[in-house]
Amino acid sequence: MVRAPMQAETDVLVIGSGAAGMYAAIEAARAGCQVLLVDRSLIGRGGATVMAQMTVAVALGAETPDSWNDHYRDTLKSGRGLCDEALARLLCEEGPECIRQMDGWGVGWARKNGHIAQAMAPGHDRPRCVYVDFLNTGPAVSKTLRSVVSKTPGIRKIGDLCVVDLIRGGDGITGAVALHLGSGAPVVLAAKATIVATGGLTRLYGRNSASANMGGDGYALALRAGASLIDMEFVQFFPIGHLAPRLIGMDPIMWDPFRYKLGGRLLNNRGEEFTQSYGVAEDGKYVITRDLGSYAILKEVEAGRGSPHGGAYLSFEHCSEAALREAFGPVIDRLAANGIDLTRMPVEVAPIAHYHMGGIVVDAHMQTGVAGLFAAGEAVGGANGANRLSGNAITEALTFGRRAGRSAAAYAGKMSAPPAVGRDASAALDLIAAGAPARDLNTAAMVQTLQATMQENVGPLRNEAKLRHALGVIDRLAGELGDTAPAGGAFDMQRFEWFDLRNMVLVARIVAEAALARTETRGAQQRDDYPRTLPEWAINQVVRLQNGRVVFSGAPARTQAQAVAR
Amino acid sequence: MTATATLKIWRGFDAKSGHWQTYDVPFENGQSVLDGLRWIRINRDPSLAIRFSCINANACKECMIELDGKTVYACTARLVPREMQLGPLSNKKPVRDLVTEIAPPTERLAER
Repeated sequence: MVRAPMQAETDVLVIGSGAAGMYAAIEAARAGCQVLLVDRSLIGRGGATVMAQMTVAVALGAETPDSWNDHYRDTLKSGRGLCDEALARLLCEEGPECIRQMDGWGVGWARKNGHIAQAMAPGHDRPRCVYVDFLNTGPAVSKTLRSVVSKTPGIRKIGDLCVVDLIRGGDGITGAVALHLGSGAPVVLAAKATIVATGGLTRLYGRNSASANMGGDGYALALRAGASLIDMEFVQFFPIGHLAPRLIGMDPIMWDPFRYKLGGRLLNNRGEEFTQSYGVAEDGKYVITRDLGSYAILKEVEAGRGSPHGGAYLSFEHCSEAALREAFGPVIDRLAANGIDLTRMPVEVAPIAHYHMGGIVVDAHMQTGVAGLFAAGEAVGGANGANRLSGNAITEALTFGRRAGRSAAAYAGKMSAPPAVGRDASAALDLIAAGAPARDLNTAAMVQTLQATMQENVGPLRNEAKLRHALGVIDRLAGELGDTAPAGGAFDMQRFEWFDLRNMVLVARIVAEAALARTETRGAQQRDDYPRTLPEWAINQVVRLQNGRVVFSGAPARTQAQAVAR
Repeated sequence: MTATATLKIWRGFDAKSGHWQTYDVPFENGQSVLDGLRWIRINRDPSLAIRFSCINANACKECMIELDGKTVYACTARLVPREMQLGPLSNKKPVRDLVTEIAPPTERLAER
């Protein structure tokens, strides 16, 4: 099959259509650019944004007086000393503008006494989180941005496009090569500027709260294109992901809004509240931060005090049906359809992979270290340090998306013609074309093996033995995967999963290696063999590819010397 | 004796050249049809094509199929221990197995 691949040309290519990607596309188009917005799923429906249930942190001062400085202080505190201050500041300082712009676009932030309602969330010093009822924040944000994208001239949308690699020209990134899922054909996307807005890596974990299209592919794309990644060991586990009884048609992080509104009680199998044993007495309120909450629940399970499915109980039995219905309206009926009556029974919850603090290194203009390559949203690393403050993810998506759109437009504006891609795309095109015939690779089982291994060994509670075991499994999977994808045509799942696994295995290895190197406990990284937080580790680990090998830098000098000696 | 759901699934690239294939799936109370389809991909046949991304939240709206001739989301339709016939949406262009072209025309590769 030697046929010229399909081509598309644009000023700004945006990869990923969650909140960050859509906001970037809108902003770049408003600056006068032709924009190509691509996604491997439906436009504006995949990724993490659409799954958000409630909180968006922003210092509007609508509920109580507030300023971005106070939000910034809470963000840095939550980040346990590792936040990139310029990025954290951008998030907090520009958050109010983006939230008001979204309000103007009709997102429908919940109102109270005529003003935008702001709820108290763990880690914040005052009520700061806006939301859309009921459990509708993410869908409303996605829908609003989809509608603005559709109305903004200059944005072309293409779904079903899975980007295989970025194209690296002599002067920087000149676009991307993608696989069209519906036909199985390669597509060359030539662009003056490219924005990676592909979200995080929660698909690497067996229990996760985001879409199956977030397997860390943006990290792998950026890394192979020469960009650096930072803080890759810090995967946020959401403490109270739904565990049992089986519940369908609802996002597993759905209990969070219930806790914001009604408190709720976290109980062990003796019916006792336990968070006070880990330093945080909740007393009917929702105050425990995500890192400590996950730690406390898993420690209770380890001590034999877990719920039957291996988590904790979350109980609202002390709330009246009227209070529950007022807070959650029709959601109560959806729970009833699943056989759950909160006035009479607790549910079981357990930590679930929710967000990745680490990601692509960018400056405050969302520019990576590689010319022509920008990043936005969860794909960016650094703003949230070792532990993200609740509510900061959507704010990050909006503020970083907007900034990336502007920066990419300014960069593209300096170029007269779209870059000539030519032979620079040939490596990626060869990879797509060189299908190995009839390899009987059970890619679905390989994904499951990787997810189970990461969940068990590279989850919230880590130690050297677990991490080394995970690295062994990752090595074996990489070997099975080999260098050539199975051949295939239209919507060939094994072929797509091969390309997914190529990225997932690379990124999983980096997460495990970064976790192994960090010989301390901090934020989302809990090491039972190194239970203390060490001052010399108040630094960020950075990773890049050098001659095809993963190279870390940034570890404390002493630890690096030890690593060499070993 | 564990209960079994028997999934009779349409395989093929279009309405003419396809065939029905039957898989027995171990049944657990509370599972979704998508749980069953994912089980088949991992344990029986990874080539089975189905579109999904959010898995459980009914947010991505990608997993629309026909269950016994009626349009459902595979993630919210309950698996039941009987024969269930699963086919692609009959009013959409077939792509492969249970996958159809569901994107609006303005979001497709070929059309602008």
